[in-house]
Amino acid sequence: MARAASPRRKFLTTLAAWAVALVIFFPVLWMILTSFKTEASAVAMPPEFLSADWTFENYETVWSRSDYPRFFWNSVVISVGSTLLGLAIAIPAAWAMAFVPGKRTKDLLMWMLSTKMMPAVAVMIPLYLVFQRTGLFDTKLGLVLALMLMNLPIIIWMLYTYFKEIPGEILEAARMDGASLWNEIVYVLTPMALPGIASTMLLNIILAWNEAFWTIVLTTTKAAPLSAFIASFSAPQGLFYAKLSAASAMAILPILILGWFSQKQLVRGLTFGAVK
Amino acid sequence: MSTQSTRLAARLMVAPSVFVLFIWMIVPLAMTLYFSFRFYRLLTPERSGWVGLTHYTWFLNSPDFWLALFNTLALVGGVLVITVILGVLIALLIDQPVKGQGMLRILVIAPFFVMPPVAASIWENLFMHPQNGLFSAIARGFGAQPILFLENYPLMSVIGIVSWEWLPFATLIFLTALQSLSSEQLEAAEMDGASPLNRFRYIILPHLTRAITVVILIQTIFLLGIFGEIFTTTQGGPGSASTTLPYMIFKQAIVAKDIGRAAAGGIIAVILANIVAYFLMRGIGRHLDN
Repeated sequence: MARAASPRRKFLTTLAAWAVALVIFFPVLWMILTSFKTEASAVAMPPEFLSADWTFENYETVWSRSDYPRFFWNSVVISVGSTLLGLAIAIPAAWAMAFVPGKRTKDLLMWMLSTKMMPAVAVMIPLYLVFQRTGLFDTKLGLVLALMLMNLPIIIWMLYTYFKEIPGEILEAARMDGASLWNEIVYVLTPMALPGIASTMLLNIILAWNEAFWTIVLTTTKAAPLSAFIASFSAPQGLFYAKLSAASAMAILPILILGWFSQKQLVRGLTFGAVK
Repeated sequence: MSTQSTRLAARLMVAPSVFVLFIWMIVPLAMTLYFSFRFYRLLTPERSGWVGLTHYTWFLNSPDFWLALFNTLALVGGVLVITVILGVLIALLIDQPVKGQGMLRILVIAPFFVMPPVAASIWENLFMHPQNGLFSAIARGFGAQPILFLENYPLMSVIGIVSWEWLPFATLIFLTALQSLSSEQLEAAEMDGASPLNRFRYIILPHLTRAITVVILIQTIFLLGIFGEIFTTTQGGPGSASTTLPYMIFKQAIVAKDIGRAAAGGIIAVILANIVAYFLMRGIGRHLDN
């Protein structure tokens, strides 16, 4: 708003906005604080804010004395793998639908989105059995495939809305100037499409990293990523609060940082371009 | 540019996506439908056979099913109401001329990136725990008995946790929409003496309609399948007090190992999702046109 607000009003709204934002953020902050406390300090009553015994020990313990690095690595492989595989299949499809639209393109896009509305529990049993029989159960490859298929409609939709904004005239102009198809792809299309592909990739890594249904159903220990690991960390009963917090902080920090970088694209990505 | 050969090429480029999505949808659905009419328990694999509609009637006659159905709709509805109303209010607040708006956005969006099991575990252990949680400390500070959130108000607690996760998403979208609202229109209304409430009612709210619709559509897709939060906190209990349809089916399949019955539940969930999807698609379809 261009209107100059009175300093008093600006002060009050700033105060209120920061208060609300801190309340929303507080659970994450409290978890991070707890992760740096000793176990005794973490459950002290009344709660200790600044007077706590601070330590890095929890991070060392979690990293060295559990299978944490394996869960972390599984998360990386599964989220990045499923996203790259999804992009490989989705880019040509979104490309074709954006630049060579047919009469049925819109119906096709709708149908793809509708597969996303199929409840995961409905396909859980067959998938569970198929995975058991084919040896995909509790393997990284199995989860890469499952999460790729789960997110494919979103990947296609996001790419479609990005590609749609590349003006077709530019392609025609390049062709008029005698650019070969190869030159057209390398020098005209790719540079224009790259930002859209990059933000699609970022958002889908986030979605796959945080997925907590298929990862719980389709793994036991070998291929379990962080989401399944934390979910099974049942009832830590007081004594392990600080370590649980440290494990949780390590599980969300990479994605939190990625997410902060991609928050602008998040809106248009997840609303399929309806809100920009 | 659409010659015959480019059309053919375009079809070939779309084909792999259509093929894998079709397989992903139709094969499990056909298998689920088949299992839903069969006796199939993993613990007694030697017994099998057709059972007709037995599994379906079991669900329809089970009070737990109707409770789960209610819980599913209450969870989706509750979270939608909370996130849309609070989201609009918070977006309006942050959209005011405030100091450090960029940092505010970063703080507000954070919960959206917290994976469901971690979000659930933070709330369960660090806040709602009857002995060590922050809420119980606050209650005791006031000399009151700590509230047993997950024991006495399990569904409300789950709704609260999920709302916390999705509030940032709603807020961010409303904020983006608000920032495209022209300030001249608001100023003109203000000069003409329109009260803040009227300005909200006649200018801001109509401008937000599209964003609100989109938030409802997208959130419903994700909320119908809420699982990790329940799995981590209440496990659907106590009893079935916080069991949703997805969680009930999960229990039948993984805990009771009754594949046939769980499959029938899956088909019921598909029907429910289709009813919801029918209304959603009409909404999204309208937005795709303009």
